[in-house]
Formats: sequence, structure tokens, C-alpha cells
Amino acid sequence: MKFTGKVHKFGADIDTDVIIPARYLNTFDPAELAKHCLEDADPEFPTKVQAGDIIVADKNFGCGSSREHAPIAIKGAGIACVIARSFARIFYRNAINTGLPILECDTAIDAINSGDEVEVDLDLGQVRNLRTGEVYEATPFPSFMQEIMAKGGLINYIKDK
Amino acid sequence: MGMTISQKILAFHAGKEFVAPGELVNCKLDVVLGNDVTAPVAIAEFDKLGINQVFDQEKIVLVPDHFTPNKDIKSAEQSKTMRDFARKFGIKHYFEIGSMGIEHCLLPEQGLVLPGDLIIGADSHTCTYGALGAFATGVGSTDMAAGMATGEAWFRVPESIKFIYYGEMPRWLSGKDLILHTIGDIGVDGARYMSMEFTGEVISKLSMDNRFTMANMAIEAGGKNGIIAADDITRDYIEQRAKRPYTIYQSDPDADYVEIREYDVSKMEPVIAFPHLPENTHPVSEATEVSLDQVVIGSCTNGRLEDLEIAASLLKGKKVHPEIRLLVFPGTQQIYLDALRRGYIETFIEAGAVVSTPTCGPCLGGHMGILAKGEKALATTNRNFVGRMGHPESEVYLASPAVAAASAIKGRITAPWEV
Repeated sequence: MKFTGKVHKFGADIDTDVIIPARYLNTFDPAELAKHCLEDADPEFPTKVQAGDIIVADKNFGCGSSREHAPIAIKGAGIACVIARSFARIFYRNAINTGLPILECDTAIDAINSGDEVEVDLDLGQVRNLRTGEVYEATPFPSFMQEIMAKGGLINYIKDK
Repeated sequence: MGMTISQKILAFHAGKEFVAPGELVNCKLDVVLGNDVTAPVAIAEFDKLGINQVFDQEKIVLVPDHFTPNKDIKSAEQSKTMRDFARKFGIKHYFEIGSMGIEHCLLPEQGLVLPGDLIIGADSHTCTYGALGAFATGVGSTDMAAGMATGEAWFRVPESIKFIYYGEMPRWLSGKDLILHTIGDIGVDGARYMSMEFTGEVISKLSMDNRFTMANMAIEAGGKNGIIAADDITRDYIEQRAKRPYTIYQSDPDADYVEIREYDVSKMEPVIAFPHLPENTHPVSEATEVSLDQVVIGSCTNGRLEDLEIAASLLKGKKVHPEIRLLVFPGTQQIYLDALRRGYIETFIEAGAVVSTPTCGPCLGGHMGILAKGEKALATTNRNFVGRMGHPESEVYLASPAVAAASAIKGRITAPWEV
């Protein structure tokens, strides 16, 4: 899978309460959750985010609550991929299970700014900054995990087996 | 090479003699847990599989605790989804609001989780049950759905960090202070993906309620699980509750740890975690300038009888500061009843507190005690993220029940020995 999109950059320890506050957890409709995605970190994010955009964040992205509403909200907002220095483990698992493409890439984070266009190749585990031309290497996921993400999540993957 | 308790539990449930850290294993599950926020998502995923039965009607536990008693129509619909599912599939352990509790107080109390068990729960604080010597970890709703369907889940066997606590516990120190201190030391991702094993002479004397508090917050250091070897204190706790056999494991002397950290508790003070991360810890004596609007005592972290007992002992015959709203949330209906019979509830109400039915509500800013812009709360809960208890510009300070009760009396963050 390959994606090209505009970057929204966030800092370290972006928790799932900030990704989708509990006050909106009385639904799990992706479009409804997307209206409030990351609003406590950046109140304008839900209105300025566009389909195909990419989130770049520092360490421990998705820490805290196990709410699967967090990757659902990010996916609902149209985000194509999340690149982070590291992910908290429940979010990591939830992202793959719900078919939200993610990539852990330590070297890319400092060199990418909000507004940059980046190209992500999940098969190769590469991130290319189209502004600077620089390429950053990450460890690609094993093929079965890529397949889960490509199929849109674990349940679709199980059903197709 | 020996194994840790966590490795031994995963190995047993994978049908293997030995598992190594980093290994991927598929395991049989003893308990699959969900609540009114996470189970409806899992049920929608489960329905997509098109199967007409769950793997075991006695091994699934469903607890409506987050937005219950239902706060609005949408929450009521979510609870109904879970209730209907429980009836349709004959789920034995579904707890209606009159018999419920906050899930991580309720499951141990009901004897549904036991030493040696492998448990997944669609709630990050599922790691609480590690206090019983079980391997318990939080997952998302899709993993819960797959667990309900197959009774299995895959795991990456975690590396372990051993934490050794030694010395004489000071008068006002609690399990909450030990775990906050530890998170302050290693950071909110200090144990990311790893198992946190709590050991040492202090832990071996610690009560079950305090052990639950410690294991509960392993997730706040990024831990996959927190675990404490079961001993006589554990046996005393489960003796009257267990309705099935269980297995007590010990870590081998030559088990592998990526790190061992030791803490002398003798000179520790009660700990406060400042906004907006549980790692922002300070001794209480450095925090006494902070004035408050609300104090919350309860939650899956500190809503047990011993927590209420210490709060009541400080509040007995005293009044809550006129500018403070004190909310007390017993963890389960049984804890509520026990607290009532022991006179704690009377103490709280006479002091000017509000006492609520068990619910996760205020801890996650769901309902029952939401903060307005600029307000500050001190809570015995587990997270102080931006907007956690309400307005994104409100603040949460985390502390023990003793600090919470003392602070409610003084109207500012207060050490228990000051009242």
C-alpha cells in the first residue's frame, strides 16, 4: 500500500482521550466521531483535515484508554496513515485490527513538518518527504499484518480466510 | 533460562512448555470482558462474522459501568445493545445496574478472575487483575469480538521489568503512591509493551486493595500487564470467592528481566501527579499551594473498601471545605453496602460529600462530575490527560484516597497529617 498526503504534525504522548474525548463515546459512528477527532489537541483539526492526509507524531501515540473509537475516529476523518516515533501497544493493535495503516519510523519524525507532502510505502517501510526529497526507512510490517490493514481490519481478514 | 509468571501463564495457555520474550503465541482465554462503551463496538464486529454462538457463555463478562445509569439516549441504546446481546447469547455474567460495579472492582470481588488466568478485556485497566497473579491485559473491541467468537487471542510474549520495593511503609503511604512514584520514575511509556512485575518485602505485606491499585495503573506506564505473585494474602482474598480451580505461579530465580528497579519506600511521601500526564509526579509537600474545586474518591483504581475506610477515617467529624465539591464513588454495590454498614457513607454525607452509585462516569469525563473551564480537581482516579474529566482547559491532579480526603477538608492539596 502507498499513500501520498499532507502532514498534520503532533507531539509526544497523544492519548486516546485527546484523539476522541469520552464525551463523544456514546456513539461509534465513524462520521460522528470524526467531527471531534483530536479537537482537544487542535480545535481546528476536524474542519481542516482532508481525505488522504497523514498524521505524523512523536513517541507513544495512542496511549491511555483502549477505546477503538480512536482509530475509528482517525479513519473516519479521512486520515490515510499515521506515522509515529512509537505507538502505545493497545492503539497499535487496534489500528491494525480496524484497518488504519500505521508505521513506526523514528528518523522521519524530526525532519517532517506540518504541511509537508509525504509519500508512504508500507510494503517497503519507506517515508519520502516530497518537500525535501529525503527518504526515511522503517521496518515494514509482516505480510499478514499488511493484509489485515489492506482488507480494512481483522474481521474482514478472518471472513475472507 | 527460567520464566517469569507472565511467561508461564502465556506458555500454559498456548499449550507450550516454554515461551520466550518476543515470541508470538496463540492462547486460549479464561475470561473475555467488555463494557457499555466497548462491547457495542465488539458486538457490531461479532455480528459481521455471522455466527450464532459465543465460544463459552460462562467465560464472557459484560458490565454496564461507563455511562450508567444511562446518561442520555445514545448511551441507553448502547447499554441496550449489550443487554440484548447478553440475553440472546445466554451470557451468564452480565451485571445489571443493581448488581454491578466498576468492572475492575467487580470481577475480582465476584471471583470471576483467579490466579493463573489469562484474561483480555476491552478496557485498558483490565491489567488490574494482575494483582491476583493472573495475566490480564487491555485490548480493543475487535480483539474482544474475536475473543468472544473463538475463545482465543494472539499475544507477543512481553519482556519483563522487575520492580522491588523495600523498607518500612510510612504511616500515610499507599499502593497508589508506590505506583505513581514508579510511573514518575520510568515515564508514561517506560514499560511500553512490557510486563511490570511488582515484588519485594513491601509488596508481600501490602493488602489486596492496595495491590489492585498498583496493577491497575501498569497501563499508565505503557505496560502490557502488571503482575504480583499470588501468596497467602491472595489466598485469603479468593478463598470465599473462587468457584473453580486456579494455579499459583512464581517467577523462576533465573527468569530474564530487561531491567530491575529498586525503591526504598521508607522516606517516600504521598505522591501527586500534576496535569496532564501521570508521570508528572511531585511529593505532596511540594503541591500544597494548589487550590481545588472538586475532589473525587473512587474509580477502578481507588474505589475499594479500604480506600473508603481511610477517606472516612479522615473525614469523620469534619466538614468538606465550602468551596469544594466532594464526590465519592464506591466501586461496587457490595462495597457500597459494606461501607454503609460500617458507617462510612454516613460519615461522607455528614461531612458534606455526594455519594454516588458505582460508575466510571467522572473519571473519564463521561457524566456525574464534569469539570468546567479552568476548574481543578484532585482525584483518586488514574488519568489526568487534557480534558479527561471535562473541559479541555480543566485540570486533574492524581493522588491517594488519604490525600483526597485531607484535600477536600482544606480546599487545597493537603498532606493527610495536616488534618
